[in-house]
Amino acid sequence: MLKTFVVGIVLGIAGAAAGLYLYPVVDQHREVSIVSVAPNGGNVEQFHMNVPMDRIMVGAPGQTRPIPAGMEWPLEKVLEGVRVELFKIRNERDTVIGVAARTSAKDESADVIDWVLHLPARGSVYVNMQAQGRPDGYRQGELRAGSREFAQRRGKMTERWVPNTSTEEDAPAGRIELLTTFVGLQEAI
Amino acid sequence: MMKTLITLLLGMLVGVALFGLTMLYNPFIADRGISPLSVSSSELVALNYSAVPSDAIIFTNDGDSLQKPFPEKVLQLWEAPIRKTSAMTTVMRDGRSQTAGIGIKFSSLSERTQLLKGHALVDSVWYVYLPKRGSLFLQQSENYWPFLRDVGWPAFRSGANNWKGSWIGDLTTGPGVLGTALVTGGSGSFRGLQMDGVESLSAHAFSADHGPISAEGRILIEMPDTVVELEPAAAVD
Repeated sequence: MLKTFVVGIVLGIAGAAAGLYLYPVVDQHREVSIVSVAPNGGNVEQFHMNVPMDRIMVGAPGQTRPIPAGMEWPLEKVLEGVRVELFKIRNERDTVIGVAARTSAKDESADVIDWVLHLPARGSVYVNMQAQGRPDGYRQGELRAGSREFAQRRGKMTERWVPNTSTEEDAPAGRIELLTTFVGLQEAI
Repeated sequence: MMKTLITLLLGMLVGVALFGLTMLYNPFIADRGISPLSVSSSELVALNYSAVPSDAIIFTNDGDSLQKPFPEKVLQLWEAPIRKTSAMTTVMRDGRSQTAGIGIKFSSLSERTQLLKGHALVDSVWYVYLPKRGSLFLQQSENYWPFLRDVGWPAFRSGANNWKGSWIGDLTTGPGVLGTALVTGGSGSFRGLQMDGVESLSAHAFSADHGPISAEGRILIEMPDTVVELEPAAAVD
């Protein structure tokens, strides 16, 4: 009987170790990436956020109706010109695949508009936008840094506001469209 | 036959429990020890924040995790691709506890987690905007194993489901070669700079039911030698 008990202990230890080794503790859900290739232009991917449904937060001084309700934006003078927005971000199939932050601020030297896109299964992207938008409604920005899948990339991103044209009752007011064009950097041999 | 089977099953249960205890008290899973930035001769910038979700401007996750979203009506991250992700916007303070700027943190459980090796990893990024100074982007892997072992497990084990004490440790484990985070300057005086950073946590009270009760986070950034525009950490502490 003792032998059986000891065998059980050994099996238990081995089973737990094997289970932990073989079974992934974390398995992120993946959506198929919808990437197209631009001629001599790199990988093009489009994301969007439906407004107001995908808005997690809008933080700015002097808001009468903060989003989310109950949020208290700090009143410190140093944050007077700062506006932070957080969104859920969707792919072209309208599936939520990540979260994003857009920060705009009036700096002493220049206005700052930055995007951070965080796609849990893939990595993150940090883009500096130009303060002035283009006459065609687009604003362009440059990829400053990326993590994991986006670590060895350079490229551009555009943003634009697309107002809703649908007459459906529950249609969003519009959407923010982001178009990324990234090229892989050549790695040193 | 039945007796043998029950004995075997009991043995297996004891084996699994023994394995769990060995994992928790494994002497081969050592703490990282001294932070690589603590021996740096370069200027260091320290940014502090409260690691208690209800102290943040907003904190959100899937809504079923230990730490509850704040404020209550914030949109939760329940969709499958973002269910293992949390988002936080918080005030960043300098060494004198003055508001220095705004920080946004996105964290996701990492698929590189290997509990056998003592790696409970989280992939996270920080975006920090410091008015009149500029913006920073920090990317890192964090290892919460020492925190779970030294704080989470004792809290879970205690009758009141909480822990009180003092725990200080570095969370950052990469991707920098010295186990540091990669920091990229975006605008202002940080524009174009590549820096190293380390995030650490100082916990004083933790509840197994609600998460951190009293905890402070700190981001330490090593500035390039030629830039000395910000207050050094040594001076502001």
